[in-house]
Amino acid sequence: MRTRHVMSGLLWMTLAVLAACGRNEPPTSGGPIVVRRLTEAQYRNIIADVFGPQIVVAGRFDPIVRTEGLLTVGAGRASVTPSGVERLTAMAYSIAQQVVAPGNRELLIPCEPKNVATADEACATRFFQQAGRLLYRRAIGPDDVAMPVKIAAKAAIVRQDFYGGLAYGLQAMLTSPEFLFIAETAVPDPEDKSRQQLDGYSRAARLSFLLWNTTPDETLLAAAERGELDDPDAVEAQVDRLMQSPRFEQGVRAFFTDMLSLDDFSTLEKDSVIYPAFGLRAAEDSREQVLRTLVDELLERDGDYRNVFTTRRTFMTSALGVVYRVPVANPAGWAPYEFAEDDPRAGIQTQLSFVALHSHPGKSSPTLRGKAIRELLLCQKVPDPPGNVNFDNFNDPNSPNKTARMRLVAHATEPACAGCHKLMDPIGLALENFDGAGQIRLTENGETIDTSGDLNGHKFTDARGLGAAMRDDPAATSCVVRRAYSYAAGRPIQSGERAWVTDLEAKFADDGYRLRPLLRRIAVSDALQTIARGAT
Amino acid sequence: MSILIRKPVTRRSVLRGAVQGAGVAVALPLLDCFLSESGQALATGAPLPVRFGTWFWSMGHTPGHAVVADPSKLAFLQECQSLTPYIPYINYFGQFNSPLDGRPNHVHHTGWVSCRTATAPVASGDIPAPTLDVLISDAISTGTRFKSIDMSCTGNPRDSFTARNTNSRNAGEVSPLELYKRLFGAEDATGGASAAKVDPNLMLQQSVLSGIGEERKRFERRLGATDRARIDEYFTSIRQIENQLAIEQQGTAAGAACVRPAAPKDAPIGLELPVAQANHDAMSRLLVMALACNQTRVFNMAFNNALSSLRRPGTAYTHHTLTHEEAVDQKLGYQPEAFWFNCRVMEALAGFIEKFATVKEGSGTLLDNTLIFAHAETSYAKLHAVDNIPVLMIGKAGGRVKTGQHIQGHGDPISRVGLTAMQVMGLPIDQWGTGSLKTSKTITEVLV
Repeated sequence: MRTRHVMSGLLWMTLAVLAACGRNEPPTSGGPIVVRRLTEAQYRNIIADVFGPQIVVAGRFDPIVRTEGLLTVGAGRASVTPSGVERLTAMAYSIAQQVVAPGNRELLIPCEPKNVATADEACATRFFQQAGRLLYRRAIGPDDVAMPVKIAAKAAIVRQDFYGGLAYGLQAMLTSPEFLFIAETAVPDPEDKSRQQLDGYSRAARLSFLLWNTTPDETLLAAAERGELDDPDAVEAQVDRLMQSPRFEQGVRAFFTDMLSLDDFSTLEKDSVIYPAFGLRAAEDSREQVLRTLVDELLERDGDYRNVFTTRRTFMTSALGVVYRVPVANPAGWAPYEFAEDDPRAGIQTQLSFVALHSHPGKSSPTLRGKAIRELLLCQKVPDPPGNVNFDNFNDPNSPNKTARMRLVAHATEPACAGCHKLMDPIGLALENFDGAGQIRLTENGETIDTSGDLNGHKFTDARGLGAAMRDDPAATSCVVRRAYSYAAGRPIQSGERAWVTDLEAKFADDGYRLRPLLRRIAVSDALQTIARGAT
Repeated sequence: MSILIRKPVTRRSVLRGAVQGAGVAVALPLLDCFLSESGQALATGAPLPVRFGTWFWSMGHTPGHAVVADPSKLAFLQECQSLTPYIPYINYFGQFNSPLDGRPNHVHHTGWVSCRTATAPVASGDIPAPTLDVLISDAISTGTRFKSIDMSCTGNPRDSFTARNTNSRNAGEVSPLELYKRLFGAEDATGGASAAKVDPNLMLQQSVLSGIGEERKRFERRLGATDRARIDEYFTSIRQIENQLAIEQQGTAAGAACVRPAAPKDAPIGLELPVAQANHDAMSRLLVMALACNQTRVFNMAFNNALSSLRRPGTAYTHHTLTHEEAVDQKLGYQPEAFWFNCRVMEALAGFIEKFATVKEGSGTLLDNTLIFAHAETSYAKLHAVDNIPVLMIGKAGGRVKTGQHIQGHGDPISRVGLTAMQVMGLPIDQWGTGSLKTSKTITEVLV
C-alpha cells in the first residue's frame, strides 16, 4: 500500500512541477497575521516528532471553539484559561521528566554534564538550543535559552541533579507562548515594498502545519533561515518534499478530522441497550474507518474527491463488522472491504462515522444528518432554529405518524420551521435506512421507510442516490476547496481573496478534483503568504 | 435600599457615620459587613469566608408544577418537592425576563448567557461578556489555591457555563477521580497553615511560571492589539497559577471540618442519567470539602448540558427531545416523561444543597456561608421561552441575605438577580449589563 502511495505521489509530482511552470494566480488582498494556539493534535504530533513516540502526553486541553467550520480557525482566537495553564504546566512537566529519564536522555540530550549532581549551563544551553529550534519553529537566540537555562540551573542545584533541573527548564519551554502559540511575523515583500508577506519561519510553519500538522523539520527551518522561502522554486521544492513524506498522510488526516468534525467522537455515546453492538471499540474504529477511506481514495488512488460520496470501498475491523453486519476478512485488524453494488451504503456519508455521529444516543435524526451534510460537506449554513417553535402538530398523541418522515412532515407545517427543515430533511431522510448507530433497517415501527428526496433539484430514491447527487453538486467541491484554503491560512477567507478562491476551484476541476494538486496549489501560492496591507 | 459601593469603605468609617446620623440608611461593604463577630473563624483565626457558586440545569420547569404562584410565601410543587426541606435557605426568583432588543433567541443558549452576563448574545455560541462567577472570582479568589472549581456531570468538559468570553471558556472537570487528584492529590492539600516544610517542587514550578511571565513584553512586542489582548489573558492565567503555587507553599487556612476525603472510584462518565447523578454526587462531596479546606471560594457545577442529552438507559429519547417530541398528557396537563426528568434534576439540586448543609462551620454549616446561584437556560423548554427563567439563590451568604422568599420580577430584566448576587458577594458594582438587560436595580428584599 505504501509503495503504491509513494509511486503515485512521484508520478503526480512530476506532472505538478511541469504544470506549475505556467502558474498564474489572481492577486489577492492577503489576510491578517494569525496567532494560533496549538491544537491538541498539533501538540501531540510535535512532542512525538521532536522527542519520540515513546513520550506519553497525558492530559486534557482547553477546548477550542469551532469557527467558520474549522477548529483551526477557532485556534486563531483561542486563549488559555487558568485551569488550562494548570493542566498544560502539569503536562509539560510530565513530558519533560520522560525526556530526561534514563533511556531517553542518551538519545535526546546532545551532551553529558560535567557533574550530574549539579548545574551545567553549557550542556543545558546546547540542549535548549537544539530542542528550542524545533519547539519555537525558528532560530534560537541567546535570549530564548536564557530563561530555561536559568531555571534548569536553579533546579539542578536544589535537586542536586542536572537532569532533574533540565526537566524544569524544558517544562518552561513547553509552557512558553513561543511554543503554545504559532505567532506569525510579516515582512515587506522584497519585490514590492508596498506589500507585506510572511517571513520565512512563518511560511515554514504554515506549510508544515498544513501538510504534516506538526512543527517544521530541520530541513525546512534551514531553508527558512537561509531566506530560501522567498524563492518560489525553493518553496515548490520544499512543498514537494513534504508531500512525498509519509507524514503527509498525517496532515491529510488532520485536515479531514477538522473538516468532518471528527473530534466530536470524543464525546459520542450510544445507548448500550438499544444498540448493544455499538461499543467504544466500534466508535473508535468508525472514526478511523472514514480516515482510511479518504486516504485510500484521495492519496493511494489519487482519485477524484467527488468519489468519496459514492465509493463502495472501505475498510473493516471485527468491531465494525458486527455493526455493519458484514463478514470481516481479518479478525485481528483492518482489512479492505467493498460493499455490494445493491448495498444501500456508498460514500462516506453512509458510514458509521457520519450516520452514527449525527444521531441521538438512542435514535436516528434526519435533521441532524441533513444539517451536517449542508454544513460540513457543502459548506452551507443552516440557520439556527427559531425560538418560538410550536410542536403541537409534531407531538399529537393521536397521530398516526410512525416514521421520522411522517413526523417531520407534520412538523414542517409550522411556517417558522418549514424553511430550514426543507434544507435538512429531504437529504437527511435519505439516510433513514440507517438507525441511530448506523445499522441497516428497512422499516420503522412496522412502516416501510421512504428514503426518497432531492438535493438542490437533483432527485433520488435512496442513500446511494443522495451520494450521486452530492457528487454532482458544485457546492461539494467548492466546499473542500474553501475549507482547505481556510485551514491552510488558519483564518476565514477574506473578501479580497474571492477571485483567487474561484480560480482555485476552477483549477481543482481542471486537475480532476484531486486533493494532492489542490493542496499543492495552496501551499505554493502567493496568496497563502500575502499579508493584508496595514495588518500587524 | 440601593447599594452603590464604588470605592472601598471601612467598617469603622461607616459605623461612625451611622452613629452620627441616626435613622439614615448606610450601606456597609458587603464583603465584610455581615461577618459574624461571635468567634466563628477558620482554624487560623481568620473569619470564615463566604463562597459563591453556580448550579446550572437545562430544560427549565414544567409550568404550573414547580412553584406555587402566590409570591407571599415560598412553596414548591411536585416537580421541586425535593427542595422543600431547604426553603429556609432559598430565595426563588420568578417573572424576571430576558429582553433581547431584537436579537434572536438562540435556543438553549441565549437564556443562560443573558442570565450570567446581562448581555443578549448576537450569535449562537457567543459569550459577549464575562459570566458573573468570573467577575466574582476575580474579586474574592485571591488567597486560595484555585480561582474556581468548575465541574460538568455530562462527561464533556465543553458543557461549562463559565467564561471570560467566547474563546476563553473554562472547561469543566468531568471525572470525580480527576477532580480528587486535582484537589487533594497534592501532599498537603487539606490546608497547610501549620505545615512549615517547603516543597521544592512547588517552589521550582513557581520559578518556571515566573520565568515565562518575564517573557511577556518580548513576546507581545510582535503582536497586534487584538492578539495582544488574547495573549494577555494567557499571561494572566500564568500569573494566576503562579499565585496558586505560592499559596500552596504557604498553606491555606483550613476550616475545622476540613479532612481529606477518600478517593472516589474510577467510574464511568456520560449522559445516562444514573451516571450523571452518581458523578454529580461524587463531585459535590469533593467540592464541599474543597470549600471547607479553603481550596477555592468560587465553583460552577453543570448538572446537564444546555440541550439536555440526559437519558434513561434503554430509551431512545433524551431529556431535551422529550420536551419537544413528547405529547402533553391531556389529563395531567404536561409531558410526563419530560416532567420525570425535571423532577430528577431538582432532586440533584436538593442533594447538592444537602452536601453543604452537612459540613459544620462555626455554629452553622457551609450552607450558611455560601451563596449558590442556580438557574436554567429556559423557563419552558417545549417553547424555548427565555422569559421567566427560574433562578434560585441558595444559602445565607454569611448572613448577608434574607431567605425563604418568592420574589416576583414583574417583567424586570433577569440581570437584576445577578447584579444583586454580585453585590451580596461584595463587588463594588452599581450597574451591570448592556441594552435592555442593563440594570442598576438591586433586589433589596433579599438583603439583610
